[in-house]
Amino acid sequence: MKFAIALFAPPHSPAARRALRFAEATLAGGHEIVRLFFYQDGVHSASANSVAAQDELDVAAEWSRFVSANQLDGVVCIAAGLRRGVLDAGEAQRYQRPAANLAAGWELSGLGQLHEAAQQADRLVCFGGH
Amino acid sequence: MARSMLIISRQSPWAGPSAREALDIVLAGGAFELPLGLLFLDDGVFQLVGSQRAASVEQKDLTANLQALPLFGVDALFAARRSLAERNLDESSLALSVEVLDDAGLSALINRYDHVITI
Repeated sequence: MKFAIALFAPPHSPAARRALRFAEATLAGGHEIVRLFFYQDGVHSASANSVAAQDELDVAAEWSRFVSANQLDGVVCIAAGLRRGVLDAGEAQRYQRPAANLAAGWELSGLGQLHEAAQQADRLVCFGGH
Repeated sequence: MARSMLIISRQSPWAGPSAREALDIVLAGGAFELPLGLLFLDDGVFQLVGSQRAASVEQKDLTANLQALPLFGVDALFAARRSLAERNLDESSLALSVEVLDDAGLSALINRYDHVITI
């Protein structure tokens, strides 16, 4: 089955951890992830600048490793990212900000990517909505 | 056939970016002419109150954007009767033309859509 997975909640929320484990289980079960889409406070899980305590789960780092290792299509909403300070090098330069912090494996793009994924997927599974 | 999506907007317009970000999903989908619906539920129905003075809390008023939805091809707009009643809002004086649904209607509505996003 084809899954699109969306995350709306921040990295320290239970929803962010559940989304990560769900995504891992999706692949482990032989299914396909057509796209991961981070929106609202979910964009913070694609920041390379969050620091977890040594004995705590580093959700953002795990996401980055997971997306890269499985060569997944990982999209962070650009408008939500800009609003919350998750920038790639191009956006940091465009808005003259001192640093880019988008983690490896992710790309910034628009909400059209969410709709496209929803069209391609059998299931859209959202984590952390209200 | 394109898959349909219902966006359920549950936050008031002054409770942070959620109302704006729910609307942005709808507008983005409208641009692709996808079959979309937008349901105002719980505090989301506060978005339907007219004459908001968003500038007094240094925000932008979403009302004009909501009223433009039919121009973007999105005219499946709904509100929950129970949510309106709980907040003492009059169905007949909303700033947007919406179909008001009771609980059974909500259940049927959600079942009609392929995908549901709640924000």
